[in-house]
Amino acid sequence: MATTATVNKKSLWGGGIAPFKASYGKLMMWFFLLSDAFTFSGLLITYAFLRWSAPAYKGDPEAFTFSTEYWPIPEKVYEAFPGLHGVEAPLYFVGLMTFILILSSVTMVLAVEAGHRMDKKGVVKWMLWTIIGGFAFLSCQAWEWSHFISGTDIATIGDVVKNGIWVENYEIIGANLSFNQYGPPAFAALFFFITGFHGFHVFSGVLINVIIFFNAASGMYERRGHYEMVEKVGLYWHFVDLVWVFVFTFFYLI
Amino acid sequence: MEQVTSNVVVQPVDKAKIRGIWKVALILFLITVIEYAFAFTMDAGMLRTVIFVGLTIVKAWFIVSEFMHLGHEVKGLIYSIILPMVFILWLIVALVNMEGAAIKDARGIVDVEQPATEHVGGEEH
Repeated sequence: MATTATVNKKSLWGGGIAPFKASYGKLMMWFFLLSDAFTFSGLLITYAFLRWSAPAYKGDPEAFTFSTEYWPIPEKVYEAFPGLHGVEAPLYFVGLMTFILILSSVTMVLAVEAGHRMDKKGVVKWMLWTIIGGFAFLSCQAWEWSHFISGTDIATIGDVVKNGIWVENYEIIGANLSFNQYGPPAFAALFFFITGFHGFHVFSGVLINVIIFFNAASGMYERRGHYEMVEKVGLYWHFVDLVWVFVFTFFYLI
Repeated sequence: MEQVTSNVVVQPVDKAKIRGIWKVALILFLITVIEYAFAFTMDAGMLRTVIFVGLTIVKAWFIVSEFMHLGHEVKGLIYSIILPMVFILWLIVALVNMEGAAIKDARGIVDVEQPATEHVGGEEH
């Protein structure tokens, strides 16, 4: 009883102040993104593990052909471009997609910056560009998926299980979740799952962006006095871009 | 419920800040171009993989620190986000580089030197 409890007003973690100098919503968005990063890390670890334990093709890259026996060279798989049938354009299309997503990330930063200045017109304009970028990316991905699924002109011969029946020397064209013409079954399954999971994130991001766009346009954030919602959604949108940077490297380059 | 909105003051644009944003975009674009240069000129191998992953981490650093503004946050927040990811990266390197190769050895999987020849032209498809 001799000592009396004194409250140190300067204590960082003593309560009453925000030690991270960030609002609750922004912090929770950060921790959600961290958990989402764990999910994507799990997927990429699975990809890398399966890929590096599968037989690799060590021959001449020029003479490479698809086979279900070994893992394909990525730039031989992703070499199509809309309107250029039969033309080898390795990685050009996915480069375009990367460019679109980075640009839409830039427009999102500009929307956040306009929000800091309480510039409603600026926020609305840049949010609209971000939404357009998101739609453009999703359209590209839809084209890429449909091309990946329908396949090339030359069939790969392999043994497959089709409708529950073992079929030998089947002419595989395109890809599905059971088998594909490009490589081992896991190749297409991982492609669908990882780019699909990322595409789903982009899709959710576009939906959220549309909601924020309408809220900003209707003046809700102006009445509220700040545009922090744009910042929080911006964090999510940049994260989607960030994941794509990793998917791009692991799937298309390595 | 409608509050007065007429006293909202729009701050003027800070030109230097906007330039900074576009500069980061340009850097990201240039790093991607460099990645393409490596993809087209260098044969696949461990060194190229390391270069790609390294450049990817540089890109990620710019996105997280500038676009997501983490570089300008409080140190505690920076560490609480970055440290878990550092451990995850460690796990990725361990699983990919060691476990993948070890499982491949254990299963007796060998690499293929010759391209497969079993293909048919599918004009009718």
